Amino acid sequence: MKRFAALYRALDGATATSEKVSLLEAYVREVSRADAAWAVYLLLDKKKSALSSGALRQRFLEASAMPEWLFEECRGHVGDTAETVALLLHALPRSDGTDESREALAALPLSTWMEDELPRCPRDDVDKQRAALVRWWSALSPWEALALNKVLTGAFRVGVSGGLVQRAVASALGVELSRVQRALTGDFAPSAALLTDLESSTAAADDSKPYPFLLAHPLEDDFVFDPARWQLEYKWDGIRGQVIKRAGQLFLWSRGEELVTPSFPDLREPLSSLPDGTAIDGEILAWSTTDDAPAPFATLQTRLQRKNLTPAVLRGAPARVVAYDLLELGGEDLRERPLAERRAALEKLVTDVALPVLSISAVLEAKSREELEALREAAHERGAEGLMLKDRESVYGIGRKRGVWWKHKREPMTVDAVLVYAQAGSGRRANLFTDYTFALWKGDELVSFAKAYSGLSDEELAELDKWIRKNTREKHGPVRVVEPELVFELAFEGIAKSARHKSGLAVRFPRILRWRRDKPAREADSVTLAEALLNPPK
Amino acid sequence: MALIDVTPEGLRCALGGFYVDPAASVDRAILTHAHADHARPGSVEYVCAQSSLEVLRARLGDDAKLVGLEYGERRRFGDVTVSLHPAGHVLGSAQVRIEHEREGVWVISGDYKRDPDPTCAPFEPLACDTFITEATFALPVYVWTDPRVVAKELFDCWRSERTHATLVFCYAFGKAQRILAHLAELTDEPVFLHGAMERLTDAYRRAGVSLAKTSPLPESASHKDYAGRLVLCPPSANRSPWMKRFKSPQTAFASGWMAVRGQKTRRGYERGFVLSDHADWPSLVKTVEETRAKRVLVTHGSSDAFARYLRESRGIDAAPLGHLYEGDEGDT
Ligand SMILES: [Zn+2]
Ligand SMILES: [Zn+2]
Repeated sequence: MKRFAALYRALDGATATSEKVSLLEAYVREVSRADAAWAVYLLLDKKKSALSSGALRQRFLEASAMPEWLFEECRGHVGDTAETVALLLHALPRSDGTDESREALAALPLSTWMEDELPRCPRDDVDKQRAALVRWWSALSPWEALALNKVLTGAFRVGVSGGLVQRAVASALGVELSRVQRALTGDFAPSAALLTDLESSTAAADDSKPYPFLLAHPLEDDFVFDPARWQLEYKWDGIRGQVIKRAGQLFLWSRGEELVTPSFPDLREPLSSLPDGTAIDGEILAWSTTDDAPAPFATLQTRLQRKNLTPAVLRGAPARVVAYDLLELGGEDLRERPLAERRAALEKLVTDVALPVLSISAVLEAKSREELEALREAAHERGAEGLMLKDRESVYGIGRKRGVWWKHKREPMTVDAVLVYAQAGSGRRANLFTDYTFALWKGDELVSFAKAYSGLSDEELAELDKWIRKNTREKHGPVRVVEPELVFELAFEGIAKSARHKSGLAVRFPRILRWRRDKPAREADSVTLAEALLNPPK
Repeated sequence: MALIDVTPEGLRCALGGFYVDPAASVDRAILTHAHADHARPGSVEYVCAQSSLEVLRARLGDDAKLVGLEYGERRRFGDVTVSLHPAGHVLGSAQVRIEHEREGVWVISGDYKRDPDPTCAPFEPLACDTFITEATFALPVYVWTDPRVVAKELFDCWRSERTHATLVFCYAFGKAQRILAHLAELTDEPVFLHGAMERLTDAYRRAGVSLAKTSPLPESASHKDYAGRLVLCPPSANRSPWMKRFKSPQTAFASGWMAVRGQKTRRGYERGFVLSDHADWPSLVKTVEETRAKRVLVTHGSSDAFARYLRESRGIDAAPLGHLYEGDEGDT
């Protein structure tokens, strides 16, 4: 744990990507293959958490003499349970055993910790949990305990992306990046074999693996539209995914690199007739039962929440894949070919297999910027989120590359709302009130409408934080009720009826557009105005 | 009537006819130390520790009327007897002990710490009836490591960077000189000082504190001249145009706040050195118990939490005194 905690601490302190890559690369070179595989697995957040933050907190409180309220004060201040516990280890009684035995425990390699130590903390036995945690905590320094607590509860958040890990592994092992990408995408086992297989050229590639996704950037203000260069498509609002057919088996992956095949039995069977060695990038959608068009995202969401996919559920919300791109055909990686070439191959494939559940994303026409904007408006009427603009010459890269794929969405809906509650953020934002609840007028009353976290500059955040501290009316645990004075313009992507908010409305992706310093609270918008947004023109 | 009460001008001792660290202009101000949130210009007369005269002069100007008292020297003001005692916070920092025959002994701690500090006299525990304590870092997550260990970490961090400058941000008064005093034991190499730190550093030298060699930043230097050099600068210089002269320097902040990760990231520093001029949680608890005070009043920082802890877990009559001060490490 010592060496891994040192890596964790160094990564946390590094700001440049290149520095992080070299830290991780040095770690991979230095430790055993098994330790390196575990570190990669943990940094990619592949491990399911072994313990909830709540359980970690509870076991700590049971083992220490610290009053619960004081722990909560600390947690509110630190912003993170795992770190709070690590900083409070001095409040625990010393465990049995010698200093040497504690030292030896702390020095055990990561793989031994993961494979032999962690099972001592079973999910369903609180006494064993407490015994294991106290033994571990009394052997570790605060930074080591922090690393362990993060291993247990998940989510490292040290600014290490998947791409960064892949680069570090590729250069530490001296193998091609694309091989590492495939091995480290989707599910994999954190064993020494993972890395030894990568090094030996004869190892069979894992057949299930998707490719890393290429993501779009929001269109920038100074974008110049050249109809010849850009391929236009609708941007659908479903689950971005990859359909993989290799060695007789079909896999459906979500963009979050989650295997979602079991959720779509109605896709698996028909799509299995795709030829072996195929990888399609597309959108998984619920299809309308009345029109030949996608159903709203909510329909797909309801279906995903069902435990039992009964025939009635499948009939009510049949799934379909709208294909965007072709990444592999006949076992050959097409990603380095230009989009125009991949598109031609995709069209031929979709026509050849002729499956009702697989359609191709239509290519749209616009001769000018004006036509492009009209098309974007029309996209909404068809239930799409907006448009995608893809460079016809571009290769299929990795991640969010500027200037290759743009997304162009409709201007969001907006309202002016009053800030009523504030709460401290977590992680980077601990100690700063950054989580806000906004309200709208309903007659003479302000009713809560939406929560929003983002959209303000650091300067505005700091200013608002000061204001909140000075204008707190009441405190309810971590929540501050503030004077209803400040008005903010909120933007959101969709609005629906909801019983959860007092206003009776719920919005998707709310965010702060700007601070309306020019508006007094009484001039903020009303619930009635927001309700009018419920039924946008069809 | 209590010996000390809280007024809009600050802590007032009506029986003695003075204020302690007043926020406004008054006739007589007794100062605990020279941090800007405690020593404000405009009062008629200032009473302070003899050893803080140099730094207070640098702060309040040559026209201010300063009266220095040796630590432990007793002086009668109105109906009370006042003496100043080391607080261990910064050079010349003092606790104010006030004695009245009916009201008993009150001690106002000012800012203080219990860790060793080569730039000032160590904190002196005083028995009293009522103790007014600071609580800037009064949460059990704040437990300092030995400052000599931290200073060595800082030194190693500086020496490991040979191609770029190392910028260590810290408060211009107290922290900067404390770092220089620790570095004096580790190296002869001179340290570059931001302009805002020069006057106070000179005041420390005049007061006889031995510090590492320093020099002002050269007028026209290219970033190559800063390779492998250490620069001390105030937090206000972070991301300012002043910083442009350094090409991708490594940056660090030296403060008690750096004990919490979120604080370091939020302030945008690569590294944090946990080095504070305030008492950590164990020192605060220890100090309160050593005074054997019957009543404890708490100011600065986490005063509500600390007072509650003293009441509920230590059985001490304690209450928050409200936030009197803002500034220095306490609120920035
Ligand atoms: Zn101070
Ligand atoms: Zn202070």
